Amino acid sequence: MATTTEAAVVRSAKSGAEPLLVIRNVAKSFGKNPVLRDISLQIAEGEFLTILGESGSGKTTLLRIIAGFESADSGEILMEGERLDILPPYRRRVNTVFQHYALFPHLTVEENVGYGLRVARAPKDEIAARVSDALAMVKMSSFANSKPAKISGGQQQRIALARALVNRPRLLLLDEPLSALDANLRRQMQVELKSLQREVGISFVFVTHDQEEAMVMSDRIALLRMGELEQVASPREIYSRPATAYTAQFIGHTNLLRVQVQSGTARCNSISWRVELPDGPVLFSLRPENIRLVTSAAGNPEMDVVRIRGKIQHQAFHGATELLQVVCDAGLTLSVRAAARESRQGDLHLEFSPADAVPVRESPERG
Amino acid sequence: MFSRAYRAAITLPPVLWVAVFLLIPYALLLCYSFWSVSPSQTIVHEWTLDNYRELFRVNVYLQTLFRSMWIAARVMIFSLLLGYPLAYYLSFYAGARKDLFYQLVIIPLWVSYLVRAYAWKTILGSDGVLNTLLQYVHLTKHPLEFLLYSPFAVVLTLTHIYTPFAVLPIYAALEHIPRNLVEASHDLGASPLQTFWRVIFPLSIPGVLAGATFAFVLSLGDFLAPLLLGGPSGIMISNIVVSLFGAAYNWPLGAAISLSMLLLVVSLLFLSEKLEKKWSFR
Repeated sequence: MATTTEAAVVRSAKSGAEPLLVIRNVAKSFGKNPVLRDISLQIAEGEFLTILGESGSGKTTLLRIIAGFESADSGEILMEGERLDILPPYRRRVNTVFQHYALFPHLTVEENVGYGLRVARAPKDEIAARVSDALAMVKMSSFANSKPAKISGGQQQRIALARALVNRPRLLLLDEPLSALDANLRRQMQVELKSLQREVGISFVFVTHDQEEAMVMSDRIALLRMGELEQVASPREIYSRPATAYTAQFIGHTNLLRVQVQSGTARCNSISWRVELPDGPVLFSLRPENIRLVTSAAGNPEMDVVRIRGKIQHQAFHGATELLQVVCDAGLTLSVRAAARESRQGDLHLEFSPADAVPVRESPERG
Repeated sequence: MFSRAYRAAITLPPVLWVAVFLLIPYALLLCYSFWSVSPSQTIVHEWTLDNYRELFRVNVYLQTLFRSMWIAARVMIFSLLLGYPLAYYLSFYAGARKDLFYQLVIIPLWVSYLVRAYAWKTILGSDGVLNTLLQYVHLTKHPLEFLLYSPFAVVLTLTHIYTPFAVLPIYAALEHIPRNLVEASHDLGASPLQTFWRVIFPLSIPGVLAGATFAFVLSLGDFLAPLLLGGPSGIMISNIVVSLFGAAYNWPLGAAISLSMLLLVVSLLFLSEKLEKKWSFR
C-alpha cells in the first residue's frame, strides 16, 4: 500500500501534474529573529507529507502560515494554482488539527464536529448526516452528547480530527496532534491516522519532532532545520540516502566518518575502501545496522567488504536488538546494531560494505 | 501539625472580629425589625410583624424599591454596554498597550467616590460645564433642568463609577479564553463576527454575569449619588433607610427594609453564582 501511494506521489511529481499546494520562497521573521528562510515545497494531491524538525526549527510557523494564522514576510503559497496566502484563514479550504485539540468547551462533541458546517449554513439534515458519519469514522458515535471535558485525551484527539475532516478540506494540517498521548495510544493512532488518510484521500501535512512517527506515517518527509529545508524525500530515501550529516543524525542513528579521499581510495584512520569521488575530505554516514559482527577474521573476506577489529566499550539493550559502542583500532569508535545477545566479550571483528557508507554534506552552523 | 493552642490563638481574632462587627449587628438588626416604636419615641421590645406589613402597605417604600431596582438595572446595562467592548478591546487588540489601558481603567477607582459624584454635579448643574457649553454654542436657550437632580443624573454617575467593576471580571473572563479556540473557529470557516457570537461571547458569560452582579448590587444599595444628584425624583431605597434611622427615628422599620434588601441581594448573588457555574467549563 505504502509503495503505491509513494509511487503515485512520484508519478504526479514527475508527470508535471499540478501539485495541490505550492509553497514558494516563503520567509518569516519574528522581530529580528529569522524563523523561516526561503522555504519552497510542493504537496501533491492525496499525499501524506510530514514536516519534521526539532523545536525551534520553524515547523509550526510554517504550518500556521499555511493555515493563515501567520503571514509570511515574503514568498507566496498557491493552492491549485491560486493564491492562498492572501485569503483569511476562514476562507481557506484548509483545516487544522491543533496540538491541544482546541475543542470548544461549551459545545458538545456533536456540536464541535458540526461547527464548520453550521457556520457555513449547511442544511440541517445534511449537517446531522455528515456529523454522524464523521463520528462513526473516528469511532466516537456514542459520545455525541458529551462535553469535551468529559472525554479522554485520545478521544478528544479523534473529535478534533472528525471536526476538521467533516468539512472535506483540500488539505488537512496536523500540528503535533499525537504529542500529548502516551506511547501505546500514540502508536495505535499513528496507524489509524495513516489508514484514515488513505481512506479519505485528503492531503495531510503533519508536523512532528518525532522522527520515528514521521517514518511510520509519511509518504514524504520534509526535514526542517533552523528555518531551512534540509532534505525532502520519502522515508526510505531520507533514511538510506541522507543528504547531510544533520539528516543522517536526526533521522535514525548513524556513524559519521571523516574520510580523506585520495585517488579513488577513502581513508579513515586505519580503514580504507574504494570510492568514485574526487580527492579531498568527505563525510560519510554509516548506519549501525549496516555494520555486521563476524565471528573471526577467518575465511576470505570478499573484495568489497571493509573489515575492522575492535573492543566493546558499551552495550545498550534495546529489546530485539542492541546497540554496541565499539572502539576500533586507531581510536575510531563505531555504533553497531546487532541482534540482542546475553553478553559479549573480548575482541570483535566488524565488517561493512562500502556501498552502505553514504557521503553526506556537512551541515553548516546557522544562527 | 500545629498545637491546638496555636490554632485557637490564630483563629480567635478573626472569629471575634466577625462576631463583634458582623454577626451581632445583624442579630440586633433582625431583632429591631420585629420590634416597634411607641408614640413617645421609645423602642417597644415586643415581637410584631408590623414593620414588614408596613413595607408592603405603604406605597412609597415599594415604589422607591422598584425605582432603585430600575436605576440599578439601567446602570448594569450601560456598564455592560460600555464595559464589554472596552474589556474585549483590552484583551484582544490592545497588544503592547494592554497594561497601560488596564491601569487607565483602574485609576478612577483610586479617586474618592465623593469626588467623582461632585464632579458630575459640576458638569450637570444649571451653571455647570455642560449647560454652559450647550448655551454657548446656541443649542439651548435655557439650562436643561433634567440633567441634574434626576434619576438620569444618578444613572449617569453610577454608570461612570461602576463601569470598571464590570470591565474587570469581563476582562478576566476574556483573558482566560484559550486563543487557539479563536484560531480553531476561524480555521473551521467562521468569520470574526461568527467567532465572536459562537465562541468568545459564550465563553465570557461568567465574567459578564459577575460584572452585571457587581454593577447591579452596588448601585442598588447606593446612597451618595441619589443624595447628591438625585433630587426628589431620584431618591433610592438607601436614602429612605438612612432617614428612618436618622430624622424619622424609626429603627424597626429601617431594620426591616435593610433586611429585606439584604435578602434580595443575597438571593441575587446566589442566583448569579449558580448561573456562572452553569456557564463555566473548566
